Amino acid sequence: MRHLLTASMPRDEAVALLDLAEDMHQIQDRELKKLPALRGRTVVNLFFEDSTRTRSSFEIAGKWLSADVINVSGKGSSVSKGESLRDTGLTIAAMGVDGVVVRSGASGAPALLADWIGRPVVNAGDGTHEHPTQALLDAFALRRRIHGDAARGKALDGVRVAIVGDIAHSRVARSNALLLPALGAEVTLVGPPPLLPPAASDGTRLGVRAEPSLDRVIDERPDAMMLLRVQLERQAGKVAPSAAEYITGWSLTDERLARLGDAHLLHPGPMNRGLELSSRAADSDRSAILEQVTAGVSVRMAVLYALLASDHPAPDHASSVSGGAR
Amino acid sequence: MLGPDEIGRALTRIAHEILEANHGADDLVLLGIPTRGVHLAQRLADRLADITGIGFADRVGALDVTMHRDDLRGRPTRAPHPTRVPAAGVDDRVVVLVDDVLYSGRTIRAALDALADLGRPRAVRLAALVDRGHRELPIRADFVGKNLPSARSEHVRILLEEVDGADAVTIEDGAA
Repeated sequence: MRHLLTASMPRDEAVALLDLAEDMHQIQDRELKKLPALRGRTVVNLFFEDSTRTRSSFEIAGKWLSADVINVSGKGSSVSKGESLRDTGLTIAAMGVDGVVVRSGASGAPALLADWIGRPVVNAGDGTHEHPTQALLDAFALRRRIHGDAARGKALDGVRVAIVGDIAHSRVARSNALLLPALGAEVTLVGPPPLLPPAASDGTRLGVRAEPSLDRVIDERPDAMMLLRVQLERQAGKVAPSAAEYITGWSLTDERLARLGDAHLLHPGPMNRGLELSSRAADSDRSAILEQVTAGVSVRMAVLYALLASDHPAPDHASSVSGGAR
Repeated sequence: MLGPDEIGRALTRIAHEILEANHGADDLVLLGIPTRGVHLAQRLADRLADITGIGFADRVGALDVTMHRDDLRGRPTRAPHPTRVPAAGVDDRVVVLVDDVLYSGRTIRAALDALADLGRPRAVRLAALVDRGHRELPIRADFVGKNLPSARSEHVRILLEEVDGADAVTIEDGAA
């Protein structure tokens, strides 16, 4: 693996990354949270969009692996002076950095950057395209919820996951719809019809189907439900429901929570209590929302380690992490 | 070079030597270095339990050294193994590191660093089933099953029941 641009990856590679994240996860229990694996490596967090949790999660991940981490935000940088993405990338590469973590409003920007700069690039969210580390951390948190300490080596076979919200514009939904089926899960995309992608409504992808009615999905008793952040402000002027309509049709209310049974609840954050889900749902013991945040650090440590620890990483789509030969 | 009986006797002898050097079993913790060191540590713990009548289940664990290796850059990405430390920790304990083959000493150097991140043992000892020489660092073992002088070009292989289905130590030509 030379870059992490997409959550579309073979099952073995996904399981290997999740297992690596399990090893990284052990550091959470330690007093001394520092491993020397990336000592002397420099990672730049290049964020053209606002983000607190993803950026700080990558920053902590890099620092716990002893990398030097520098944050560059779009605002206040030469980007706001009109520099192109390519020139910004080449400039940062020319400073001798070893890897770039990039968040951009432009779908496809990380892939372009990867072609241009010849260093490992991690996609930390690009437009409405993908957010692969979010999908990995969702899979990690869910795998732990289901398998506990025996999670290593396991996938998510037969686990039924409902993803609820503005599917069409969600990079989180897209990355999860790629990764979770590769791990054997069955994904149902749920949302107001104008916010379901046309392809998904035909149920074209293996392991993924679309369903406009949340109530019907709840009656099927899924094993997990992921509530996406509602960004109605992004939908201004488009055919989208009002907040009141959204709550009536697609919010995980107390009443729906009671019918849902014991499904695990996920949310990529930041959440709007009362809109995507009720406070009772967010704070219930079914909620894995804070575990997702913790998982985010472990998964990003695994990704940075897999991309940056070795000068000779395995080629793409070979097993990304080799076994323990001496 | 060694068969199952010789490996068994070597481990029994090492168990006795550990007890003798430590003046008993007080504060002893065994940490095996993955992969085969973990199984050897478990076998030593079983023997120590037999000899002393004290339970060793909560005094044996695994110490992964991957993240502390000095050759991470030059080799394909290595997958770490789990570290399992007894609940009581390593502070003020006498930690016996257990590995299958002692060679350059670099693995043990990494293990000492990994251990320092977990706490401050009162003392650290090293047990190895085979010492094949060729040290590149000032490190030696306290307890050795068998000294096997070897050429650098040769391959010393340790096979254990738990991993390989049978116990054996072999030396093969480098070409293999």
